[in-house]
Amino acid sequence: MQDRQNWDWTPGRRIVGDFDKWRPAYEYMEEPHVSADGEKIAAIVKTGPEEFSVCVNGQPWESHFEKAWSLGFTQENCPVALVSDTAMWTVAVDGVTWNNWYEFVWNPIFSTKGSSITAAAQSELKYFALTDDIPWENSFLALTCLIATPDGKNIAAVVQDKRFAEADIDNFQQGCFTVAVNGNAWDTHYVNVWDLDFSGDGSQVAAEVRTSLYDYTIAVNGKTWDKQYSCVWAPRFHPSDGSVSAPVKLAGGWSLARNGEVIWNRRYFQLWHHIYSPDGNSIAAVTAPEFGRWTIAEDDQPWNLRFNELATDPVYSPGGDRIACVGKSGGKWYIAADDTIWDTPNDMAWQPVFSPDGSHVAAKAERDGRYTIVVDGRPVDEVFAAVMQPVFSPDGRRLLVKGILPESAGGQYCRHVFEVDALAP
Amino acid sequence: MHEIYPLASGFLVWVAFGVFIGGTVLRLVLLALKARRKDPVIYQYFSFYYAARSIIHWIFPFASKGMRDHPVFTIIAFVFHICLILTPIFVAAHVILIMESWQTGWWYLPNAAADIMTIIVVLCLLFFLARRILQKDVRYLSTAGDYVLLLLVAAPFITGFWTYHQWYGFETAGLLHMLSGELMLICLPFTRLFHMALFPFTRGYSGSEFGAVKGARDW
Amino acid sequence: MNTKNNTETGADQKQIHDVAIEEGARRLTREKIHSVLSELIRTEGGARLSAYSNACVHCGMCSEACHHYLSNDRDPKLSPAGKVKQTIAVIMARKGKVGPDFMKKACEIAFTECNLCRRCMMYCPFGIDVAYLMLFIRRACHKLGVVPQYIQDTAHSHSATMNQMWVRDDEWIDTLQWQEEEARDEIPNIRIPIEKEGADIFYSVIGPEPKFRAQLIYQMAVIMHASGADWTMSATPGWDNSDMCMYTGDMEMTARLKKVHFEAATRLKTKRIVMGECGHAFRSVYDVGNRLLGWKMPPLPMVHAIEFYYEILQQGHIEIENKFEQPVTFHDPCNIVRGRGLHETARYVVDKTCKTFIELEPNREHNFCCGAGGGVINCGPPFKNKRVKSNRIKAEQLASAKSKGAEVVIAPCHNCHGGLEDIINHYELGMEIKFLADILYECMKKE
Ligand code: HEM
Ligand code: SF4
Ligand code: SF4
Ligand code: SF4
Repeated sequence: MQDRQNWDWTPGRRIVGDFDKWRPAYEYMEEPHVSADGEKIAAIVKTGPEEFSVCVNGQPWESHFEKAWSLGFTQENCPVALVSDTAMWTVAVDGVTWNNWYEFVWNPIFSTKGSSITAAAQSELKYFALTDDIPWENSFLALTCLIATPDGKNIAAVVQDKRFAEADIDNFQQGCFTVAVNGNAWDTHYVNVWDLDFSGDGSQVAAEVRTSLYDYTIAVNGKTWDKQYSCVWAPRFHPSDGSVSAPVKLAGGWSLARNGEVIWNRRYFQLWHHIYSPDGNSIAAVTAPEFGRWTIAEDDQPWNLRFNELATDPVYSPGGDRIACVGKSGGKWYIAADDTIWDTPNDMAWQPVFSPDGSHVAAKAERDGRYTIVVDGRPVDEVFAAVMQPVFSPDGRRLLVKGILPESAGGQYCRHVFEVDALAP
Repeated sequence: MHEIYPLASGFLVWVAFGVFIGGTVLRLVLLALKARRKDPVIYQYFSFYYAARSIIHWIFPFASKGMRDHPVFTIIAFVFHICLILTPIFVAAHVILIMESWQTGWWYLPNAAADIMTIIVVLCLLFFLARRILQKDVRYLSTAGDYVLLLLVAAPFITGFWTYHQWYGFETAGLLHMLSGELMLICLPFTRLFHMALFPFTRGYSGSEFGAVKGARDW
Repeated sequence: MNTKNNTETGADQKQIHDVAIEEGARRLTREKIHSVLSELIRTEGGARLSAYSNACVHCGMCSEACHHYLSNDRDPKLSPAGKVKQTIAVIMARKGKVGPDFMKKACEIAFTECNLCRRCMMYCPFGIDVAYLMLFIRRACHKLGVVPQYIQDTAHSHSATMNQMWVRDDEWIDTLQWQEEEARDEIPNIRIPIEKEGADIFYSVIGPEPKFRAQLIYQMAVIMHASGADWTMSATPGWDNSDMCMYTGDMEMTARLKKVHFEAATRLKTKRIVMGECGHAFRSVYDVGNRLLGWKMPPLPMVHAIEFYYEILQQGHIEIENKFEQPVTFHDPCNIVRGRGLHETARYVVDKTCKTFIELEPNREHNFCCGAGGGVINCGPPFKNKRVKSNRIKAEQLASAKSKGAEVVIAPCHNCHGGLEDIINHYELGMEIKFLADILYECMKKE
């Protein structure tokens, strides 16, 4: 957890930088990224012909590169980008590159505890992962679906470690793919492996696997469930007890299984993206109880609410007693919490955020090209040209909104801390 | 032999209509249930407007490109179907029978017209037969059942014509007319003749998919 | 090891040797076939299968709709209903009691003698969807493991990489950056925005674009740039909208592919998906995958490139500097014309960008398929000769447009390109093929 306590929670609006004024200094500037605490705003900028850098609060890094992309911030509010020089790639942290360079680096993951950075890399057609400038000892023929534990200490990815010739369908079907954890591949191989998850303690990995062209199941640490299904979706570990659950397709439709046993009685036309409440006592999932009708189901009980087009981004409150999500109906995006839809339609809506005690929900939304934050169904009294995900203060009484003001209002980047009680309807 | 005459003109008529109507409804209901169970999506996409739009383009002669490409076949098929359906409903003998039984009836065809329509049906069937034998692709597609079906449809018309004109052995022909007519009705839900009941649904579904989802015409 | 030892055994000989079909059939027993087929009919043989099987009056009205039939001297076996007769009708009549040799033949028919173009559906009085029936056979072939080698390999690529061409995650991003760099030689500050959250447009392409036709990405970047579009592409799998699994009958994989594609777009909080000029991918996203996953219509608006060009031309976001000089004709791809009604939209774009336009006859919904679609071209070299010969009618159709002056064929579909290219070469038509993007790029004002 970032050190939110020490952030500036003084209510009111504070201009951090004259964002619109920085732009003209560069040939162009990409869309900005903002640190979690809102004190830094950064963007990839073009500083000359085939020369790129990162501009942080108006100042470009001293170093510049042939290319730069995938800008982000670590939890310690440090800007990071993937950069290349002489056609080799590495990670640049606050403008300082790592020592090792590779033919390609992608998919950076910032740990949510501590300041680790993980990424996927390739050199000489060998694939591996890196953490804080240290590559895996083993490399593979291909690598995808990289994941890391919150502390960044364990890394896993789907890898190919058996070769098959072009159009060699037999060998492919024998299984050439597996999971590598911290560089060590499982012994077992599968036709396909997708979507991994780490157990809470980082000691186990679950994966969605296809054992033949027709049989799908879940494998945990290289051992598959006894049962096979006609399809499965991404597995999730229980937050503490080490059990794994996954949506599985049965004859009558989709349901949820734990360690290979079906645990939900209903059959859904679709069921995916299940999440555990933080205490692990409940499970919520995005479901379509009937064809074309989408909603959230908690512990096998679908909400009454239905979206015609989409339900996505479900999230539990920290106490596990509330759920919020984003939905789409009639071409408009909505936010819903606890089976209740917020009236105002949006042109886009982002995953809602709960206050620490769960009593408030805030979400980023866009209407007619203007961004705002909606709290408990009511937009805050400020619109932005761009806005970041809102953050509640640890005591839940303040809400940090980070956004760029519209040109008409000055175009600056500001941090605005709202008093939650004053916002509540 | 004539003992079965009353049977054929009484009980079997009821059986035939019963099987025809009951069988048709039953098969359509079973199909609808099967769709619910296995293709629920069909109901979601069925659109009455687009179904009707497509059906209309296929029940009017020359409204579809396929029909325009084959004018002779189209004319014959339309004339055939019209005569096939209208003749038995409006032929004087049938209407009068109904009047006698139920004191109700409807307009009926002049006898000469009914005669001509009957001959048309039979000639059309001969055309279909010739086409089945002579046109390579249709010959390949034809099964024994298709030929039997032509005969099955021709029989009530030929025997009816025979009976009406009181030619030699017309009493036997009359009996055969009733039996073959009843047989045709009974067969309707269980043979290729069932195409008549399926048409609105298959065409309508195609029209719905093309019109409502794919934004295109299917004629 | 070279496994590509497929050979063609001669034009008059019907069965073509494909190792995967042979091997797959060799592993089968009658019992296995019976159990798989009866299970498939029981679980997936729905109302449409029965209605279509019962409604067909064997009238042959569909025969002339099919280019395979017309191009092979009206071989009755190639009429749509003829293909049904040889495959699904037998399976239904025998309740699935057929042998491995039958499945081999059925596989070849369903995979290489039908492009699933749905033209016949418009000529059948009952609207019988022969493509649906052929897909049912393909599904059976998938379940039995009798699928042509090349398209099966492509299905494997989809499953392992979520794209059609075994493109690895890094290769994809690298290609985008390389194309961006190239484009900057022409337009210094152009950008191919990767992973731009909240962009208006999620632009997706098919695997062969980064692999073989990267300049199309370049061209689209220029078009997007000039029109001022707010767009992005995904760095993660999901950037590819193509789908050969839909054509091998692996519907579970189709569902997975489309899920990944939609989720890339929703993860990036984009408002709509614009896709490159591809027909089958459009069908897969707009019409097939969404249904499998539980969406009546795609959860985000699906915009084919043609519709996007139409929009930017009509709203004046791009200007045409000089119209394209050479006389053009336009091939209506089945999947976006019969499959989406974009024929007039496309003609608007052609009209705005080209000086002389000559129609193919027939056209619009009635156009003949290119012969490559429905996964037929993806069945690979063993079937190439047959494919080209089975579309003589297309050559005649093109030749007729050529005799009226057409020099360039516009085909806004990747498969169509492949198919038409082979036809033009084989029949020595001497015509050039272009995408609409080629024309637009050439004729528009760039900055
Ligand atoms: C309105 C819907 C109908 C359509 C679109 C339709 C269409 C057709 C077509 C295309 C044929 C093919 C002729 C051939 O080549 O054999 C046909 C044949 C035939 N139809 Fe219909 N029909 C319809 C309704 C009916 C009805 C209501 C009946 C009556 C009882 C009927 C009886 C027949 C018969 C007896 C044949 C000839 C059978 C054969 O050739 O095998 N049809 N119909
Ligand atoms: S779908 Fe196309 S290729 Fe297949 S049978 Fe019909 S017309 Fe021929
Ligand atoms: S046109 Fe339709 S009814 Fe006639 S043979 Fe073809 S598929 Fe059967
Ligand atoms: S490749 Fe083009 S013409 Fe051919 S089937 Fe696909 S869309 Fe139709």
